[in-house]
Amino acid sequence: MKFGTEIVLLCFFTFLALVAAGFGVDEPFRQHMWVLFFVLLGFVVVLLRNTSFAAPAPIDSSAYMDGPVRYGAIATMFWGVVGMLVGVIIALQLAYPDLNIEPWFNFGRLRPLHTSGVVFAFGGNALLCTSLYVVQRTCRARLFGGDLAWFVFWGYQLFIVMAATGYLLGITESREYAEPEWYVDLWLTVVWVAYLILFLGTILKRKEPHIYVANWFYLSFIVTIAMLHVVNNLSMPASFVGSKSYSAFSGVQDALTQWWYGHNAVGFFLTAGFLGMMYYFVPKQANRPVYSYRLSIIHFWAIIFLYIWAGPHHLHYTALPDWAQTLGMVFSIMLWMPSWGGMINGLMTLSGAWDKIRTDPIIRMMVMAIAFYGMSTFEGPMMSIKAVNSLSHYTDWTIGHVHSGALGWVGMISFGAIYYMVPKLWNRERLYSLRLVTWHFWLATLGIVVYAAVMWVSGVMQGLMWREYDEQGFLVYSFAETVAAMHPYYVMRAIGGAMYLSGALLMAWNITMTILGYQREEQPLPGSEPALQPAE
Amino acid sequence: MDYNLMREFADSWALLAMALFFVGCIAFALRPGSRTQADEAARIPLKDD
Repeated sequence: MKFGTEIVLLCFFTFLALVAAGFGVDEPFRQHMWVLFFVLLGFVVVLLRNTSFAAPAPIDSSAYMDGPVRYGAIATMFWGVVGMLVGVIIALQLAYPDLNIEPWFNFGRLRPLHTSGVVFAFGGNALLCTSLYVVQRTCRARLFGGDLAWFVFWGYQLFIVMAATGYLLGITESREYAEPEWYVDLWLTVVWVAYLILFLGTILKRKEPHIYVANWFYLSFIVTIAMLHVVNNLSMPASFVGSKSYSAFSGVQDALTQWWYGHNAVGFFLTAGFLGMMYYFVPKQANRPVYSYRLSIIHFWAIIFLYIWAGPHHLHYTALPDWAQTLGMVFSIMLWMPSWGGMINGLMTLSGAWDKIRTDPIIRMMVMAIAFYGMSTFEGPMMSIKAVNSLSHYTDWTIGHVHSGALGWVGMISFGAIYYMVPKLWNRERLYSLRLVTWHFWLATLGIVVYAAVMWVSGVMQGLMWREYDEQGFLVYSFAETVAAMHPYYVMRAIGGAMYLSGALLMAWNITMTILGYQREEQPLPGSEPALQPAE
Repeated sequence: MDYNLMREFADSWALLAMALFFVGCIAFALRPGSRTQADEAARIPLKDD
């Protein structure tokens, strides 16, 4: 029977969710278990409707397994739009506090929804589907473990839904980028170990003798995130049917654990994983090998060895020992070199084909992503210097920095990869419209420029106002005055974000039409086709 | 095994081992004759779809 084991297990867990909803010791936990109950019930119904008793069709073990990759591409687009929409909403809430709707939709609950939505739901799905696409094609092997890839995909979506609904219900561990409570963390651990087995298993059964460098980056991302997630979330639940847990660490140790996790989430989730994407999709789209393969290997090891120590720069001028702060600063500055090595490697892959930037909007998107990678990996080390940090810390400058990295690097390289993959995955000749890609490119780029520039001005202003003393040593501005001064910048930031979101909406439309098999009739982009030669 | 002992180990042998491993990785990547192998590896994604 198709899905037999899955249906039995799901029924069991659905029943457990119902029991937990009944015996929960606090109201949010009971509500959360009702959410889980209905989600799992939905899974059961779908599986029951798709089961069959016929003998399963034989699987062609030489063909690539692209089903989970297709679902992943759609999920990436869907969560991307959701996460960015929530971002625009909270940007407007900062500008117009009346938009805070108690209790579910106030800023405090929506902000983790936005950060987890774009980082783990959008970025995570992009990494999941591209890693499964890349590992099969560079190893020349079908995914390991049969339906394991489907478990990883759906298990990860369940994690996202549970994390997101938990935030709205007010369930949080209050750990930056790791807000889900203990039971959701445990589930993610299970899914992540399955992902590691899936990826490693595929590498082990490869037919290509060499492991291509993109897989090194993806593997380092999977392994490191497993380690970070487990250590950062070591905690003791107050009750096994309750939504509250207490961290295993306290005080400054807890702070350092959180930022060891937090910065390496940036380093290994948002950088190493997406570098894997860069090392496969840029050569593919440009149809040229990477500029220097040996540089990519040095890039890899240098990133691995340096990134893990950079976290303490989030805790400058705190109770963290001075030597640890300095260590974090020094390693952050050293990171500049491998980061720029990688940027040069990505950009120079185009050497000899620079005209593609003009004629191919997908390459243009990837080049812009790499440019933003270079820019934010320069800005980051600079901001980690203690003297600079004393001005920038706790201000909007940090928000601007993280968005130039997230929107510019992570977002653009993912868009480029999805635009590349979708026609191939659905056997379409080309995208629905290349002109829409150009529109997306300019909306996104201008959106980031507006966003980052506005946050620089507002952040530096905020920092300078906070430290302004008069001649008698009193602070010149009250905190509320600095908030009022930032209002126009908050409005402009929301506009920049809305531009980026509208680009993503165009992409969702473009991708949907491509999947449905339409091709827009349009003029080819200038220069993309050879000019016709007159007959002689 | 208290904090000070671990700290002393991390400051000395562990640091040396990691530094040597890192230098070894770089040296191995740049060893003579690695260029042809690297060029071949760089072509892996382009061999097929």
